[in-house]
Amino acid sequence: MSVLSALMRHSAGRIGLVIIVIFTIAAILGLLGLTPHDPLAQDRLARLQPPGGAYLMGTDLFGRDILSRLMVGIGQSFVVALLSVGLATLVGTILGLTAAWFGGLWDGVAMRTMDVLLAFPAILLALLIVAILEAGMTTSIIAIAVVYTPIFTRVARGPALSLKTRSFVDAARTFGSSRLYILSRHLLGNLVAPLTVQVTLALAWALLTEAALSFLGLGTQPPNPSLGLMLSDSRNLMEMAPWMLIFPAAVIMLAVLGFNLLGDALRDIADPKSRRALT
Amino acid sequence: MTLLSVRDLRVGFGKPGHETEVVHGVDLDVAAGETLAIVGESGSGKSVTAMSINRLVDYGGGRILGGAILLDGTIDIATAPEAALTGLRGREIGMIFQEPMTSLNPVLKVGTQIGEIFAKRHGLSGRAVRTAAIEALERVRIPDAARRLDQAPHQMSGGMLQRIMIAMALAGKPRLMIADEPTTALDVTTQAQILALLAEMQDETGMGLIFITHDIGVVAGIADRVAVMQKGHIVESGPLDDIIDRPQHPYTRHLLEAVPHFRWGSAARQDTVRRPETRSAQALSVEDLSVRFPVGGGFLRQAQGYVHAVDDISFDLLPGETLGIVGESGSGKSTTARAILDLVQPTGGRVSGADGHAVQMVFQNPNASLNPRMDVRTLLSEPIIAAGRRVDASALDRMRMLLHKVDLPEDSLTRYPHEFSGGQRQRICIARALMPEPKTLVLDEAVSALDVSVQARVLDLLVDLQRDFDLAYLFVSHDMAVVERIAHRIAVIYAGRIVEMGDARSVLSDPQHPYTQKLISAVPTIERRRVEFALDTEEVPSTLRPLGWQAPPQHWQDHGPDHRFVTGSGA
Amino acid sequence: MQYFLRRLAVFPLVMLGVSVFVFVAIRLVPGDAITAMLGTEGGMLTPAQREALAAYFGLDQNWAVQYLRWLGGLLTGDLGISVTYGQPVLDIILERFPLTLQLALMSMVVALAIGLPAGVFAATRAERPSDLIVRIFAMVGQSMPNFVVALLAIYILSVGFGVLPTMGRFIPFTQDPLGNLAQMILPAIALGTAFAAAVTRISRAAMLEILSEDYVRTARSQGFSQSYVIWRHALPNALIPVLTLSGVEFGYLLGGAVIVEQIFALPGLGRVVLDAILQRDYALVQGVVLFIAFNFLLVNLLVDLAYAAIDPRIRYGGRK
Repeated sequence: MSVLSALMRHSAGRIGLVIIVIFTIAAILGLLGLTPHDPLAQDRLARLQPPGGAYLMGTDLFGRDILSRLMVGIGQSFVVALLSVGLATLVGTILGLTAAWFGGLWDGVAMRTMDVLLAFPAILLALLIVAILEAGMTTSIIAIAVVYTPIFTRVARGPALSLKTRSFVDAARTFGSSRLYILSRHLLGNLVAPLTVQVTLALAWALLTEAALSFLGLGTQPPNPSLGLMLSDSRNLMEMAPWMLIFPAAVIMLAVLGFNLLGDALRDIADPKSRRALT
Repeated sequence: MTLLSVRDLRVGFGKPGHETEVVHGVDLDVAAGETLAIVGESGSGKSVTAMSINRLVDYGGGRILGGAILLDGTIDIATAPEAALTGLRGREIGMIFQEPMTSLNPVLKVGTQIGEIFAKRHGLSGRAVRTAAIEALERVRIPDAARRLDQAPHQMSGGMLQRIMIAMALAGKPRLMIADEPTTALDVTTQAQILALLAEMQDETGMGLIFITHDIGVVAGIADRVAVMQKGHIVESGPLDDIIDRPQHPYTRHLLEAVPHFRWGSAARQDTVRRPETRSAQALSVEDLSVRFPVGGGFLRQAQGYVHAVDDISFDLLPGETLGIVGESGSGKSTTARAILDLVQPTGGRVSGADGHAVQMVFQNPNASLNPRMDVRTLLSEPIIAAGRRVDASALDRMRMLLHKVDLPEDSLTRYPHEFSGGQRQRICIARALMPEPKTLVLDEAVSALDVSVQARVLDLLVDLQRDFDLAYLFVSHDMAVVERIAHRIAVIYAGRIVEMGDARSVLSDPQHPYTQKLISAVPTIERRRVEFALDTEEVPSTLRPLGWQAPPQHWQDHGPDHRFVTGSGA
Repeated sequence: MQYFLRRLAVFPLVMLGVSVFVFVAIRLVPGDAITAMLGTEGGMLTPAQREALAAYFGLDQNWAVQYLRWLGGLLTGDLGISVTYGQPVLDIILERFPLTLQLALMSMVVALAIGLPAGVFAATRAERPSDLIVRIFAMVGQSMPNFVVALLAIYILSVGFGVLPTMGRFIPFTQDPLGNLAQMILPAIALGTAFAAAVTRISRAAMLEILSEDYVRTARSQGFSQSYVIWRHALPNALIPVLTLSGVEFGYLLGGAVIVEQIFALPGLGRVVLDAILQRDYALVQGVVLFIAFNFLLVNLLVDLAYAAIDPRIRYGGRK
């Protein structure tokens, strides 16, 4: 709770938190089906309706409600982002922590493997994985998780290496503390703060990657709504129906902005030394 | 003629209009050729005062709130515009800083950094710049100056860098030099060199010198006049002898009395426990301990040589006894301590008496030795959990007992490290080390990170605990004054080997090995005033040895019942 | 030098790992290439015709043999033949890559030209209104995906100014340099916006931290002016993190090219890889992905070299 109150005192963090809370509510409502209209229902009499009236954010070419589709789209995006980042955090932290602790051959193998994954531009690696598996939500989750695992491995390994040489770990060794105790209490315990920051920022990237995949037609498949697909649909209609472009674009940008603001604020709070440098 | 006079200087930090004042009306005077020492502990405002004199404080978020800083009685630096200040800095007022390692730009060659002063400030160009830079380095006794110009700062030792800093500060031919703790980060023999160099340069140029320090021993060695600062005020100022011999203010008396000063062995402990008949009951015995680190090797690659960090070190320790291990940075004293606890793998030798939890360690930096995410109860529980025991009522009783012994309140158990001061944190570390009922404590620079007046109290505590629990201490330190207060016996370590060992009083008052003599003569003390330190630029030999190198045998010679030293080439 | 040789030695190892990864990944695709290529017509082939086709494309061997053959080919510049184009993969790559490289380099120039001065400017005015404005722009810029920037830019140009960027017909630089630049500048801006924002943020943060370093204080104590201290003493140090970022972001630019080329209908390598993935053109996907990874690694090798040029701590090894 002290983190929450610290966030509320941080001006950028407060904005980020408000954005994320609003979007989370919209996402939950979307996933529960509590949208103003059926996101798939086509109203043939109300095609390309401008915002206002029964359709708050207008309708698309098939007369589907943009707002409802956005809510479901945010829900999908959030689920993909949370699950993929969760998976990447879990695998990356374990790899990074053990690589730092055991060093030697295991460190070499793990980190060179991560180097191989990092040799691919993120979106290209995701595309490759999507091409192998079938395009869809599960594939997006796996692809994004694979892309961000190396980053979490590095984020865990760096601080773990420096924690390993801290006097409190030396002290623990002189008591004869078990490896598990040192790894879990001294290393992992102190990694929580940097990992939280990284998770928040990674959620922003994951949202972007998911949107990019579905924009290219390799994420969520139509007719299901997704933010990337909606933007893609707007491409030929933007002059006629700018709302089809503006609202999804704004939603993606704000969601990413929200996580970025939150992540920056968490970093300031976790590490007051960097506050001077980063705010 | 007064070179600089500061009147009622007030400095604050914070947003304009809402500054917090940290220097409250300071008056200072410095004449040409004179050395004024400003002495105080951290937070006294001494560095802020120094940085105000050339207005560098502006760049640290500070602002001069009032008063005057008069140069030659005419130019008021306190109100001068920035354009005028850039003309004064370097030319009229030079400055050297505490950390030579970080005070030079890491990405620029040394020659570039000195050269730009001659180029920008004196309008030299081309070869003239290089010639001037070489002369500047030779002036501060840097051997092989031309080659040094092409090196980067990270390739040099701290002492060398500080001499380069002095050369740079002198390059602008300032009439006033400000030295802000210029020797605090350096070894004691290097400190002596820097002090000697500063004194010599002052004689040569007739510049005024303001010397900021927390170490009143250094003040005695260099100052003509002294100003004592506490909490942003000058509480006492006057000629050196008046301040040291006839201190008026309670804080000055406190600094002189409560803080450990080196006394050539006369302050060594008298409760000696070593008698011939007690030798059988050793708490710890170390024989021929060696630690080597491979250098130049890598994955599937043979090492090209070894750093012989510790070579064939032997000593023993009796219950209730303190052995002080003294030496300078890189001598191998900390490696010895760590090897005894298996924190580094010894490459040879035997350690007996370190089984189970018989030896525990207290580290230098109390902030880094306590996991910030654990409360004191969890911290103190760790040795118990590590031993596979439950944290039961008797364990809690021991925690409370130990907290009481180290003078911490009982409610400390539920508090976190950041809620304690540095001295209190070190007390927690001591209590934690005592949890598994050890026979020996290894104290690795255990008071070095503490403020000087806190040091004395922690040392007293350690002496009390030693008596109460019959503990043996291995006390590793670079600080001779501190070691003198706690050690019964002293081992002097130089380039990985012990060169002199024995009864503390005898070793400190009558050192036999040349290195010990050099070390002790370099220690500042309030009893020696305005010392002429010898300018000796010899560097400590490298402990990096080729493959297959064997340490030559050492020849020991006795000097009294419990005092021996190494003679001849084995030195 | 030793540092650079060590980096150079790692390079082929990682490249080998990359090639194995790509090769195995592609073989995990369900369905076979001939069916994918010919669609329903594939069903009308006789078994003999299928085998002949498979042999022609080298698809009849087991994976290990295929990999070794392919690797051997790689080393001699033979990346195989694209099923969909009926052309050597290397030819396709060499034909399309210049456009993608131009796009990435233009984006990088845009990003550094905007980001570096903006970051340094903001750092020297920390906590003042001008700093706040730069920071807000950087934060928003970093949150703008390239396809959103691209679409918004097209929308603003077409609705606001009634102009449409040239699409469909690519103007090579060699034919009409101005026409080419005019065509490429919008895609480059779309691709470089987030990068520019990131450069701004990192150069500001680095500069702020460096301005409080001891050696900057030393330079000031010598009476050097603010601008001399910033450009001569602080900037070279601040370039180190910017350089790291540029290496990483180059990969982002190559990846982002897939999307931006798609939006602006530019016939670059990004378009090729997207089509190849959709067409399951094994040889082409392998070749392009490998080629992009190779370039990405090469750029990072250059970044390592640049580090050594800037920072003598790397050039001469660490402190002993």
